[in-house]
Amino acid sequence: MMDLTVIWAFIIAFAVFAYVVMDGFDLGIGILFPTFDVGRERDRAMNSIAPVWDGNETWLVLGGGGLFAAFPLAYAVILPATYPLIIAMLLGLVFRGVAFEYRWRDPGHRRLWDAAFTGGSLVAAMAQGMTLGALLQGIEVVDRAYAGSWFDWLTPYTLLCGLGVVVGYALLGSTWLIWKLDGPGQAHARKLALRSALATIVLMGAVSLYNVFLNAEYAERWLTAPEIYFAAPVPILTAIIALSMIQAIRKARNSKPFWLSIALFFFGMAGLGVTMWPYVVPPGVTIWDAAAPERSQIFMLIGVAITLPLIIAYTAWAYWVFRGKVADEGYH
Amino acid sequence: MFEQFDALLLARIQFAFTVSFHFFFPAFTIGLASFLMVLEGLWLKTGKQLYLDLFKYWVKIFAIVFAMGVVSGIVMSYQFGTNWAVFSDVAGPVIGPLMAYEVLTAFFLEAGFLGVMLFGMNKVGKKLHFFATCMVALGTFVSAFWILSVNSWMQTPTGFEMAANGQILPGESWWDIVFNPSFPYRLVHTVMAAYLTTAFVVGGVGAWHLLKDRANLHARKMFSMAMWMAAIVTPLQIFAGDLHGLNTLEHQPQKVMAMEGHFDSHPDGAPLILFGIPNSAEKRVDYAIEIPKASSLILKHDADAPLAGLDTIPDDEEPPVGMVFWSFRIMVGLGFAMLGIGLWSLYARWRKRLYDWPLLHKAAVVMGPSGFVAVLAGWITTEVGRQPYVVYGLLRTADAASPLDAPAVAGSLLAFIVVYFAVFGIGIWYILRLMSHAPHVGELGAKRGDTGPIRTAGITPGPTQNPSHDEPLPTEKEGE
Ligand code: HDD
Ligand code: HEM
Ligand code: HEM
Repeated sequence: MMDLTVIWAFIIAFAVFAYVVMDGFDLGIGILFPTFDVGRERDRAMNSIAPVWDGNETWLVLGGGGLFAAFPLAYAVILPATYPLIIAMLLGLVFRGVAFEYRWRDPGHRRLWDAAFTGGSLVAAMAQGMTLGALLQGIEVVDRAYAGSWFDWLTPYTLLCGLGVVVGYALLGSTWLIWKLDGPGQAHARKLALRSALATIVLMGAVSLYNVFLNAEYAERWLTAPEIYFAAPVPILTAIIALSMIQAIRKARNSKPFWLSIALFFFGMAGLGVTMWPYVVPPGVTIWDAAAPERSQIFMLIGVAITLPLIIAYTAWAYWVFRGKVADEGYH
Repeated sequence: MFEQFDALLLARIQFAFTVSFHFFFPAFTIGLASFLMVLEGLWLKTGKQLYLDLFKYWVKIFAIVFAMGVVSGIVMSYQFGTNWAVFSDVAGPVIGPLMAYEVLTAFFLEAGFLGVMLFGMNKVGKKLHFFATCMVALGTFVSAFWILSVNSWMQTPTGFEMAANGQILPGESWWDIVFNPSFPYRLVHTVMAAYLTTAFVVGGVGAWHLLKDRANLHARKMFSMAMWMAAIVTPLQIFAGDLHGLNTLEHQPQKVMAMEGHFDSHPDGAPLILFGIPNSAEKRVDYAIEIPKASSLILKHDADAPLAGLDTIPDDEEPPVGMVFWSFRIMVGLGFAMLGIGLWSLYARWRKRLYDWPLLHKAAVVMGPSGFVAVLAGWITTEVGRQPYVVYGLLRTADAASPLDAPAVAGSLLAFIVVYFAVFGIGIWYILRLMSHAPHVGELGAKRGDTGPIRTAGITPGPTQNPSHDEPLPTEKEGE
């Protein structure tokens, strides 16, 4: 059934995916920042994302704003349910966002802003992962409003998800740096990539198993026929990609590890889709329950159809302008 | 019951606090982006180094303000869901799409081209770089367009239908929603406000450096450009403000009653209260200094026209009078002060004393931050004046909040206050420090040229330009 609501679910999923991989490598670099040498290595790592981080973060605004516009009920339920996580994420993003500018303006306190960069990135990544976990474990809704209690979002499961996202972002960040750096910086990034790849694989597996054992409905979806025929390719492909990524990192390939880590995230998202479909707020609210009226959906769809290709085109151009290895120059 | 009220009040304070902080930054960047566009355009046209220097001087400041605007803006876009969940659910079908358009047409445009604008001068050609600057400026304007459409719709909602489940749904035509009755006025008035805010900051900085060195050509240019803006835009802004007020009288009469301090109706000509202390308990203005019949003259263009007062409005529909009354006067007062500076600068130009009239320069320095104050005061008038509604006439603020307990909202409010004051306070300090350096020939670009080769994309770097790792980059030493 390919109605407008389904199209919108895919658009939002696309925005979230674009956010996760693009801001994911920015945040990942923030998370790994302390392991880089103070001075040139750090400056370069930062410069490799300085021209693009704002565009990357805009996908978060599209994900949130798009959810608000296309599924207002979901937006109105998820945010109060995960209130402290969202606030923490926003504040984290404040710190890491200003650090891009501030560290150059105030060399005397550069270490402080480097710490803010790392702390902000870490908090934002953790909060995003935990929000995802809170959503997957289910949110109680009564009368179109959140009806759970204060700390529903804090469970071992959500913590595991948070950790998973942190190491996943570290993987994206380190593979990006393999591509953008050379010399000792690149060698260091490679070491980091290998470790975060292993950690990501372990945590992805753990979260998946947890899912299946915790929730009967999810288990049914993954483990019984005929669903299993649709679902099974996801873990199998994920495993193949994970292995070839580790190969690529080991063999010192330049950009391949980054593309493979994106593919890994893609299949992670696909798995998520299989798990949640057709709910936008499990266990009770489907995408159709939460959807905006048709008039809103159509109006926005026109906007998306016209602007999204343009956005992708000029974003790609902006990346192209800054292609290649980073040099030391900034505009600062 | 009381607990709910507390959470509500805290949510309101939190919204007011975060949006006020946020708006400071766009108020500056909307104007500054256009200013940078003009500077770069002039540079391309005339080839004069002076314009390039000024561009580079202000672009550093722009980068910091923009970063603060972005991070505080992201907070705003999530705040509707965290603190105003009922509002989001009820009004989401109408305003959600407008905000989505803002993201699609404005935020991506700004963010996509910002990187090239800040870092790409040596990577793309001059023309392409200028194009990027134009796109950033355009993005700031488009952003203002959509968000002000949203806000205006909340003030003067049109083109909607009510659903059985209580949601407000879009009607037949989106045109009626986007171009709701107060939108054109609010857009024009707010964008001009942003230009004035920027003009006074630029003028203040120029004046500051003129006070220190009258011969500084860069400071002269800045000051002169800013004063042209002040002289031309301020009268337009006052004119637009007047029209805006008339529009508000038509659509939100009780807001105008509060602005004017009219507790009582005046059947034959209402006075203009210049000053006074609104006393809401007694429903009168104490110690009022008034001009008889002037309010009717301004609002109705007829000195004897009757004007209704708050006595015609049920008590539970009245906005808080004091805040609206005062903030309105602050804005208007500053508007006339700006006009004064603008006229003074014209006179000084005519007398050929624009660059050596220290008193004028001192006045311009004092007025440097006036735009921010006026803008904030204007928004307080607007927003407090529409209370007790969040969507005027349709949804009360008290019914719009999220089902959160007071401690949760109090905790986040406290976190926002601490973080914002610390982080943005420091940012503002960095900006002031940049402004305190006099602009000079060869702003950073040329400086960097002689510390090492400027590399283009794809070429492996040569030896580092920054030999000692903990040292600041050489470019940061400029101006010392
Ligand atoms: C530099 C900034 C600035 C200056 C000098 C003025 N304003 Fe203003 N005013 C704004 C910046 C602003 C604003 C921040 O942009 C507001 C808030 C919301 C809006 O629409 O514009 C505003 C709102 C606002 C409103 C409220 C409209 C409503 O919400 O319904 C009125 C009636 C006026 N203005 C009128 C004036 C008059 C008569 C001025 C003459 C001196 C004036 N403003 C100067
Ligand atoms: C254009 C986009 C804007 C939208 C959609 C918007 C929306 C809202 C909403 C939903 C509230 C609810 C809280 C309440 O009514 O108490 C509010 C209040 C408020 N807003 Fe706005 N706002 C916008 C812009 C601004 C700006 C730019 C400012 C100031 C710089 C501002 C100042 C305020 C203040 C001071 C309140 C609190 C009023 C009160 O508590 O009585 N708003 N606004
Ligand atoms: C409550 C209302 C508001 C919300 C939810 C909001 C949301 C946002 C968001 C999410 C961003 C960051 C965009 C990015 O990632 O690049 C942003 C920046 C911006 N906003 Fe707001 N905003 C509000 C009020 C306003 C108002 C009233 C204006 C202007 C009239 C405005 C103009 C801008 C501009 C020009 C930017 C670009 C960054 C900057 O210049 O600081 N916003 N806003």
